[in-house]
Amino acid sequence: MTPTGRRKLLSSLFVGFCAGAVIVALIPLALVLFFVVSQGIRSLNLAFFTHMPTPVGEAGGGMMNSIVGTLMLSGLAAAMAVPIGVVSGIYLSEYAGSRFAAAVRFAADTLNGVPSIVIGLFAYVVAVLPFKHFSALAGGFALGLMMIPIIARTTEELLLLVPGTMREGALALGATRARAVFSVVLPAALPGIVTGVVLALARIAGETAPLLFTAFNNQYFSTSLEQPISSLTVQVYTYATGPYEDWHRQAWAGALVLVSIVLICSLLARLATRRLERMHARS
Amino acid sequence: MLIALVCGIGATLAYQSMPSIQKFGLSFWRTEIWDPVAGEFGALPFIWGTLYSSVLALLIATPIALGIAIFISELCPALLRQPLVFVTELLAAIPSIVYGLWGIFVLVPAVRSLETSLPNWMRKLPLFSGPPLGLGLLSAALILAIMVIPFISSISREVLKSVPAAQREGAYALGATRFEAIRAAVFYARTGIIGAVMLGFGRALGETMAVTMVIGNNPKVSLSLFAPQYTMAAVVANEFAEAADDLYLSALVEIGLVLFIITLIINACSRLLIWSMARSETFTPEPVEAEAPA
Repeated sequence: MTPTGRRKLLSSLFVGFCAGAVIVALIPLALVLFFVVSQGIRSLNLAFFTHMPTPVGEAGGGMMNSIVGTLMLSGLAAAMAVPIGVVSGIYLSEYAGSRFAAAVRFAADTLNGVPSIVIGLFAYVVAVLPFKHFSALAGGFALGLMMIPIIARTTEELLLLVPGTMREGALALGATRARAVFSVVLPAALPGIVTGVVLALARIAGETAPLLFTAFNNQYFSTSLEQPISSLTVQVYTYATGPYEDWHRQAWAGALVLVSIVLICSLLARLATRRLERMHARS
Repeated sequence: MLIALVCGIGATLAYQSMPSIQKFGLSFWRTEIWDPVAGEFGALPFIWGTLYSSVLALLIATPIALGIAIFISELCPALLRQPLVFVTELLAAIPSIVYGLWGIFVLVPAVRSLETSLPNWMRKLPLFSGPPLGLGLLSAALILAIMVIPFISSISREVLKSVPAAQREGAYALGATRFEAIRAAVFYARTGIIGAVMLGFGRALGETMAVTMVIGNNPKVSLSLFAPQYTMAAVVANEFAEAADDLYLSALVEIGLVLFIITLIINACSRLLIWSMARSETFTPEPVEAEAPA
């Protein structure tokens, strides 16, 4: 074979390998989605959303308490993380450039990479140990910690997408810098920031590890902030690792609900950011 | 605020793990015995399991992830690009508990049947010894690989995107084949790609739920791919809530502390690599090395 022929063959082989890699990666995704949907749909019914878990051996029942728990925990986390995250994001995009801003950005990125189980440990030490019992508040605190860096970074990125001319226009009209940010730049980026928050919520709603020893779990219905609270993820974990066939069915149903939440949120977020990007491209 | 948080996490964990640090010192990391009842704690099995599973996962994931990144950024028809990006991001968005559930009920049985179908002479090798449980290191590494592929590929894709078009055009102009042109681009982006792989490594080290559910949770150092083992994150997740005495608790916190420090260092390094890549974008590119004729 001529050298050129060999080079061409190698090149084709390589292209084939890359395409193959895509297919190899798509197989597990397809399998995961297939099993979650097919197994989950069989046990997903209205009772799943409206009933409490039944005692072992009794068929039926649902995860109402866990669903409420997940909603509450996410709400608590958002209440803590949204203000801090958005303010950090504003700082990063509008007052960036200094060494300090670079350090903050770096800290946000590293915090984002800290294993969730370590966040859980930290929250345990700070929010469980002093009070001597697990609580919904501690769980919300742990999830909030995970949300802050995500929100900060998306806020920053979206604020940077707002055309510079808008900022300059406001400043030219005599607005102070803070005024320009809060009355012009922030409203323009608001839809994007909201999507960022939704995306962060979707991510933390699927977290298990930080909840294991902060919010713990609760078999009963509870909305008390100071009591342990159930969550979808921890409940799926308990059921999946348990020995009962009925538990496994419930776990699949829980997984289906989780995956749907994540899917819907990321689809919505995608649509919204696309609109914002188009706005940016127009200007 | 954020900076204080990162420091705060480190300081609190260090404070809480003092009892165990004082009691065991460095031998904590060399001892193989983990016996909460007798009050003896050695973390070697967990470190071993964590490193073994993560390294194996990366060995599987890196070629595939790079293949995807290259396919999406260099080869793929424009029509396919957006959907593919979306799908790989979807892989990253699925909660780890769902991967774990899938791992227990689908992957583990599949691995078990693979293990039993292995010819006998291979089962005698230390790499494949032990009963074919399905639960074990191989399952953990596979599920980790599935989970880090989207991370590595999406960051590598960004990095490849920042390679100036002139690089590729230059290579093509010199008569390079597609493979050679891409090789030049990848070579140009190497620091960023190494950063991406390291970021994936950090993810794999800290991944908790999915691994806990499929690795078998047995604190024994073993070379075998089929042996149930344990990871640092998994032991904290499993035993923390029921750890009764203070020494037990603080030993677990110490494991968490070390995990925190390791991932912090890895993350910091990889971010620096990726950033240095992004910054050098504006500089004039170094001349491409002439491709040696094959």
